[in-house]
Amino acid sequence: MKNVLLLILKRGGASLITIFVISLIIFVGVELLPGDVAEAVLGQSATPETVEAFRKELKLDLPPHIRYGEWLKDFAHGDFGTSLANGRPVAELIGWRLSNTLFLAATTAMIAVPLAIFLGILAAFYRNTFFDKLISTTTLSFISFPEFFIAYILISLLAVKLNLFPSLSIIEKDMGFGSKIYTILLPSLTLTCVVTAHMMRQTRAAIINVLASAYIEMAQIKGIRRLRIIYHHAFPNSLSPVINVVAVNLAYLVVGVVIVEVVFVYPGLGQLLVDSVAKRDLPVVQASGLIFSIAYIFLNLAADVLSMLSNPKLRQSKT
Amino acid sequence: MKLLRQSPISARIGIGIVLLNILVAILAPLIAPYGETSVVGDVWESYSSQFYFGTDHIGRDLFTRMVFGARNTIGLAFITTILSFSFGSLMGFIAAVKGGWTDQVLSRIIDILMAFPTLIFALMILSVLGSSITTLIFTIAILDSTRVYRLSRAVAMDIEVMEFVEAARLRGEGLWWIIRQEILPNAMPPLIAEFGLRFCFVFLFIASLSFLGLGLQPPLSDWGGMVRENAGAITFGIYIPLIPAGAIAFLTVGVNLIVDWFLHLSSGLHE
Repeated sequence: MKNVLLLILKRGGASLITIFVISLIIFVGVELLPGDVAEAVLGQSATPETVEAFRKELKLDLPPHIRYGEWLKDFAHGDFGTSLANGRPVAELIGWRLSNTLFLAATTAMIAVPLAIFLGILAAFYRNTFFDKLISTTTLSFISFPEFFIAYILISLLAVKLNLFPSLSIIEKDMGFGSKIYTILLPSLTLTCVVTAHMMRQTRAAIINVLASAYIEMAQIKGIRRLRIIYHHAFPNSLSPVINVVAVNLAYLVVGVVIVEVVFVYPGLGQLLVDSVAKRDLPVVQASGLIFSIAYIFLNLAADVLSMLSNPKLRQSKT
Repeated sequence: MKLLRQSPISARIGIGIVLLNILVAILAPLIAPYGETSVVGDVWESYSSQFYFGTDHIGRDLFTRMVFGARNTIGLAFITTILSFSFGSLMGFIAAVKGGWTDQVLSRIIDILMAFPTLIFALMILSVLGSSITTLIFTIAILDSTRVYRLSRAVAMDIEVMEFVEAARLRGEGLWWIIRQEILPNAMPPLIAEFGLRFCFVFLFIASLSFLGLGLQPPLSDWGGMVRENAGAITFGIYIPLIPAGAIAFLTVGVNLIVDWFLHLSSGLHE
């Protein structure tokens, strides 16, 4: 158990370093802007005096390493600076939208994870049958489709033709939980299609991999019942790859929301990011980019840690 | 040719789809009935013998836009993939052949780039540098080359330990000679399949960025942007945005079918 802990600590340390480097890249990236933020925002017609004053306001007159330190400290305290577009604190803009994005991602995960694992196991057991081929063709096409294609097909079928759901997922602060779920059903269905396809294919591959190993064949030769083989031999060993697959795809989900949010005009962090990129509202871009990256790195870390913990081989190794 | 005759039906469909798209892209000015940016009809006119796919949100012929869009979208994705591939595989080969510090430094840089979600990274770069075609191509190429690097390094590592590389080393051949004469020819088959996969990824990525309004800028036509421009039509029951979106899906499915066949061939699984 001790060396597993060591491995986990190592892996966590690597993630921390990565987050640090990424924050540095994000910060330096904005520094590299030709001219600086002040000139970019005020435009060509600004007088040198206004640019100077604005620069002071943004603390651009301080040397970069001090500003980086300040920025990081403020970020850790939840102060993301002020938006250049409307002068409101970024934290205020982001807070509600972040919760919306997480809500959408969580709902999708709730549908997609059990569905993908179920289908993956089924496809692995009935591999090379008609059912397996049907599923793998469907998932392959879902993977090849851009997210917005699936989204618009779902909109035109379910929202326009059958009039079941609203085609835009505009969510209000004082909506009840039930109506919130109803509003986001279409975007989360879109995401489910994409994520399930990836997850299911990888689950299938992982399980087939386990089923092909020698000890499963041995168990079969010994004449152990099929169910017992699954519970006792196949399941513990496929747990680790499957957990890994799930977590990695959740990481993908966190980023995949961006496009779906734009399609459905859903007030989430992704849409805010895209809007701010178009407006070149750099503090908002910095903050939301960093949040997305941290979530992504954290889920990837969780994937590795969980698969280490659930891997029987790693747990027992003495060396 | 013999290989082609033995190919499964799915691969043939894939090849057909890709060839069709390439033909359309190359012959765009000959096929298109109108000019790329000329307004010729009403807004969102339905399909007719005059406008095969109808017209878009400001009355341009959608068929014409689709044909030119094929040229812009596929061309851009192709250039980007080539760039990403040359850069990624070169770095991968160098890392594998040189080993030691070079390998360590390159691999750690790539690790960090890969820990960054690609779409977010691209959005941040575009927000700083603004969206121009060159920025777009280089940003995506560099992001994508990380994946190529991983694969080509792994492939080259396997080749690097072979006797013939050892022999070339002892003969005193230089780094470039070894990469060009020994590593590259042997690494070709897995890299070709990867090229198809990377193309799909880059193509979808550019389409997504254009859809977000950060890719090719109007009035140039590209498929992702056309979906965005016409997105409003869908709520009126007009299916125009589905046409460019479908074309994107169509081409990626085609390429994926070919890639599947290639992977199947190179994995040595024969039924």
